[in-house]
Amino acid sequence: MAVKALYDYRFEPKDTEDKFHGNQLVYVGWDQHLMFCAPHCVPLPPDMPFGALVREVLPGMYDSHPDWAQVNWGQVEWIVDNKPFQPDMEKGLRDQGIGHKSLIRFRTPGLNGIAGAAS
Amino acid sequence: MSAKRMNLREKYQRMTRDLAWKPSYQSEDDIFPQAKYEGIIIHDWDKWEDPFRLTVDAYWKYQAEKERKLYAIIEAFAQNNAQLNVTDARYINALKLFLTGVTPLEYAAHRGFAMSGRNFPGAGPQVSSQFQSIDELRHAQTQIHTISHYNKYFNGFHDWRHMHDRVWYLSVPKSFFDDAMSAGPFEFVTAISFSFEYVLTNLLFMPFMSGAAYNDDMATVTFGFSAQSDESRHMTLGLEVIKFMLEQDERNVPIVQKWIDKWFWRGYRLLALVSMMMDYMLPKRVMSWQEAWEMYFEENGGALFEDLARYGIRMPKYWEVSVKEKNRLSHEVWSVFYNYGHAAAIHTWMPDENEMAWLSEKYPETFDKYYRPRFDHWHKHQKKNGRWYNNTLPMLCQTCQIPMAFTEPDDPTQICYRSSDYEGMQYHFCSDGCKDIFDDEPEKFVQAWLPVHQIYQGNCGGASVPEVLEWYHLKHGQDNLEYLDSQDRANWLRWKGLTEKAEAVLQKAANE
Repeated sequence: MAVKALYDYRFEPKDTEDKFHGNQLVYVGWDQHLMFCAPHCVPLPPDMPFGALVREVLPGMYDSHPDWAQVNWGQVEWIVDNKPFQPDMEKGLRDQGIGHKSLIRFRTPGLNGIAGAAS
Repeated sequence: MSAKRMNLREKYQRMTRDLAWKPSYQSEDDIFPQAKYEGIIIHDWDKWEDPFRLTVDAYWKYQAEKERKLYAIIEAFAQNNAQLNVTDARYINALKLFLTGVTPLEYAAHRGFAMSGRNFPGAGPQVSSQFQSIDELRHAQTQIHTISHYNKYFNGFHDWRHMHDRVWYLSVPKSFFDDAMSAGPFEFVTAISFSFEYVLTNLLFMPFMSGAAYNDDMATVTFGFSAQSDESRHMTLGLEVIKFMLEQDERNVPIVQKWIDKWFWRGYRLLALVSMMMDYMLPKRVMSWQEAWEMYFEENGGALFEDLARYGIRMPKYWEVSVKEKNRLSHEVWSVFYNYGHAAAIHTWMPDENEMAWLSEKYPETFDKYYRPRFDHWHKHQKKNGRWYNNTLPMLCQTCQIPMAFTEPDDPTQICYRSSDYEGMQYHFCSDGCKDIFDDEPEKFVQAWLPVHQIYQGNCGGASVPEVLEWYHLKHGQDNLEYLDSQDRANWLRWKGLTEKAEAVLQKAANE
C-alpha cells in the first residue's frame, strides 16, 4: 500500500547507514532476561569480529545481571534476524550477514532470568 | 427597535449554515483541495447533524463563565499552597508525565481542528471543528497555568515545550499527533475525535482525574472537570463524523475501518503510559489498569462497536491483543522507566511492600510470577549496591517509538519482535498492530525521528547521558534519577515537617 497524498510523496529514510559515522546499528536482545526491559541498540563497526562483540560489547550491557557470570558460551543459541545462527568469532559482523539494523538475539539454556521468571 | 427573539433552531441555522455560501467564481475543489484525496465520498454536507446546536454567542457566554470559576480556583489553590495537600510527592511525577506529555497535544489539537475546520466543505463540520479548536487552546492554557504553579515547587516542569520536541519518551505522544496532523482532514478527525476522544479518552481522563481527586490534587481536578464538560461535545463530534461518513456512501466503510484499526492501536499504545501512572505512580490508587480496560474498553467499547455493526464496522483489529496484554502492560512500562530513569524528567521508584501487595491482589495471574522477582532483585540491588539502571540505549518500535518492551500476546516471557523490509532496509516493531500500520504507509514511517537513532547520529548534543540530558534541558541529579534520593522528596519532607518514618506511615495509609 502507499500513502495517499496530494503530490508525489517520497522522502529520504531517516536512518540510512551513511548517517552513523562509519558504524552500523545493531540490536541485541538476551531472551528471558527482561530485567533489561527491551533489547538494546548500539552503533558498531561493520568489520568488528563477532568475538569482539561478545567479549567487549555484551559485558557492558549485561554483566549487572546475576546470570551473566554463569553463561556457558559454548551452549549459547544465537538468532540473527529471526533465523538460527552459527557465529564465526573471528569474522566481521557484515561478512557473516549481520548488516545495518540487524537483530542479534541469544538464548542461554538453563539460565532463565531472576528466579527463573524471565527477568 | 425590537427584534424578535430567535429560537435555538433558527439561531443555529442563521449562525452556522446560513453563513456558508455557494462559490460562484472559484471551483469548490480549488477552495477545499483536501476534501477528496483521502477517498471519502460525501454527497450532501447538509446531512451533517450537530446535536448540540452550539452557536458562537452561547459558546462565548458559557465558556467565559467556566473560565472565571476555573481561574478563581487555580488562584485559590496557589494562595493556599495547596500543592502541599497532595498525598505524597511521588504523585507529582504522574502529573509531570501528564502535563509534559499531554499539554503540547492539546495545543496540537487546537491546530489540527483549525485545519480540519478550514478543509471540510460543509458548514456544520466547519463550525464544530472551530469550536473544538478553541476548546483545545483553552485546555492547553489551563494546563500551562497548572504547570506554572507546580513548577515553582517541583523539578521537571521547567521547559516542557522544549522537552516535547526532544525527550525520548515524549516522542511517543508527539509522533502520535504528528501522524494525525499530517493526514487529511477525514483521517485526522477519525484519529482524534473518534478513536482517541470517543473510544479511548475515558481511559485518559477518568482514571487520571479521579486519581487527582483521590490524591487531593485540586488544581488538576479543576482543569480536568472544566475540560471534561467540553469532552462530551468532542465525543459527540467523534461519533457524528463516523456515522456521517458511513451513511454518505458505502464505499467509505473500508476506508473508515482501516483508520479505526490504525488509530485504535496508535491510541492504545499511547495509553501504555497511563497504565503505568495508574498502577505505579498514584500513591492512592483508584483502580487497576486491568479494571479500567475492562470497564472502559471491553464493556463500553464493545457496546459501541455492536452499535456500529449495522454500518459494516467491526471491532478494531488486534483489540484482542490489548485484552491479552491487560495484566502485564503497566508492569512492562514501569520497568522501562525504572531502567532508564536516569534519562527521564520524572523520578522513578520501586513500589513498597503494601503497594506490591496491592499489585499481587489486582494481578493474581501475573504479578507474583513475572514481576515481583524482578522488583525484589532491584530492591536488594538498591540497598546493597545502589540504584540499578540500564546503561545501554534501547531498541525502539519504528511506529509507536516506545522501547521494544512488550511481550508476545501469548507469552509474557518473550519480547515480541516483528520486522519488515522496505526498499533495502529493515524496520522493527513491537507488535503486529504497529507493523501493519508501517506496512500500510511505509513512506511515512521511514521518516520517523527515533530518539535513540538520533543520539547515535550525533544530533542530540553528544553520546553520553549527561550530554543528551543537557540537550534535553534537564539537570542531571535534579530532574532525573531515583525518587528516594531526589530534591523533590527532600523538599517535601522539609515542607511537611515529616520524618522518614512518618512518611512511610502516611504512604501505607494511602491505600487502606
